[in-house]
Amino acid sequence: MNAKTAPENADPTIQFQSVTYGLNGSVPRTIVNDIRFSVAAGQTLVLLGRSGSGKTTLLKLINRLLVPTGGQVIVRGSPTIVWDPIRLRRGIGYVIQDAGLFPHFTVAQNIALVPSLEKWDAARTNSRVNELLTLVGLDPAEFASRRPHELSGGQRQRVGVARALAADPPILLMDEPFGALDPVTRAELQREFSALARRLGKTIVFVTHDLREALLLASRIILLQTGRIIADATPQEFPHIDHPEVRAFTASLTPLAGAQA
Amino acid sequence: MTPWTFFVDHRAEILEATANHLTLVIIAMTFAIAIGVPLGMLIVHRPALRNLALGLASIFQTIPSLALFGFLIPIPFIGGIGRRTAIVALVLYALLPILRNTYVGLTGIDPAVLEAAEAMGMTQSQILWRVRLPLARAVILAGIRTATIITIGVATIAAAIGAGGLGTFIFRGVAMVSDAVILAGAIPAALLAIAADLLLGWLERRLKIA
Repeated sequence: MNAKTAPENADPTIQFQSVTYGLNGSVPRTIVNDIRFSVAAGQTLVLLGRSGSGKTTLLKLINRLLVPTGGQVIVRGSPTIVWDPIRLRRGIGYVIQDAGLFPHFTVAQNIALVPSLEKWDAARTNSRVNELLTLVGLDPAEFASRRPHELSGGQRQRVGVARALAADPPILLMDEPFGALDPVTRAELQREFSALARRLGKTIVFVTHDLREALLLASRIILLQTGRIIADATPQEFPHIDHPEVRAFTASLTPLAGAQA
Repeated sequence: MTPWTFFVDHRAEILEATANHLTLVIIAMTFAIAIGVPLGMLIVHRPALRNLALGLASIFQTIPSLALFGFLIPIPFIGGIGRRTAIVALVLYALLPILRNTYVGLTGIDPAVLEAAEAMGMTQSQILWRVRLPLARAVILAGIRTATIITIGVATIAAAIGAGGLGTFIFRGVAMVSDAVILAGAIPAALLAIAADLLLGWLERRLKIA
């Protein structure tokens, strides 16, 4: 295995330059405000925050599912508004909580989605599908021809990860991918994914509200509160930051601490 | 005269009327599908056109069928007495269930699936043809099934404006106060509707994705 450890100061592949995103409804609402950070190649950045803190919005600004209302997001050297959205997205894997597998496709067809859009030939696609199924711990002979409704929640998420990796994109975006799983399966997938992420050396932006998950996977954690960044630290530094929202999250790790105080 | 003897004596005539009736329905449904399905696809991303199309189709559906046939007679080109007018009216009637089901089927898809499709770099037309349409086909077919059954029923009234079909027996039977003659039109029409319902229902189940 060519274990790729990214140097800490490598060229950033994603950069948020004073990014604001808001809705211009009858009551204009700012979702994220003046966001500045960059993600270095090979880094696993975890966006941590409560529901509604704006973390999913940041993720969608990266693959241009949303366009900033202020500032710009630079991905692989160009602002997202300059990128052809289709080309930009084909180079970015995307995994979401409900997997979003196509119910009318087999597992193999789901994984082969981007290769088929990129018109790979059948032999190359097949071998890639088998390789990925093995990578995410599913036996190709058993699973390739199944349909999503014949899979468990954990298996669906594994296929979701395989689909996102299909065309070997340099960037992977993950929006609470393990959030809907039972605790045992979740822990299993977190462990496996943590190992996989280290092996693949991709730039990963991972959204979660679970500090335990953040500490396990992150090379860096950004904590969001009501659309603003309030902490940006390594997993080692993070628990020691003196901020009420950080304390709220660290307290969530030990649910009984409050009762004893 | 019992219904049975009337049936036996006029079997050739009844069969011909049934064939006419079926032709009327098939022609009308072909046009209704050819208009309704593409229009349903078109209004997915066009809210203004959507309200107009669904609104108009709903209005046609509320007009009593006999009145709709009557309204069309004086209209040039599409109106007049005969089959052409009847087909136009039947198409207008069949349009709403097809249009509405096409739209509902295409838009009632799991948002996670559509989000994934877009995020994977599929174009809107790829999403329409490869994701929305395959997932909507059972719902669209359900609309076609409803429309077909409505059309088979309404087509009996088309005989009032000289379009032929099984309604001819029904109107003649009413005028003659003869149950046997009414049944000679009503029974085959009912059988046609049941057969269409079973056939299209079977097809719909086959297209459904578990």
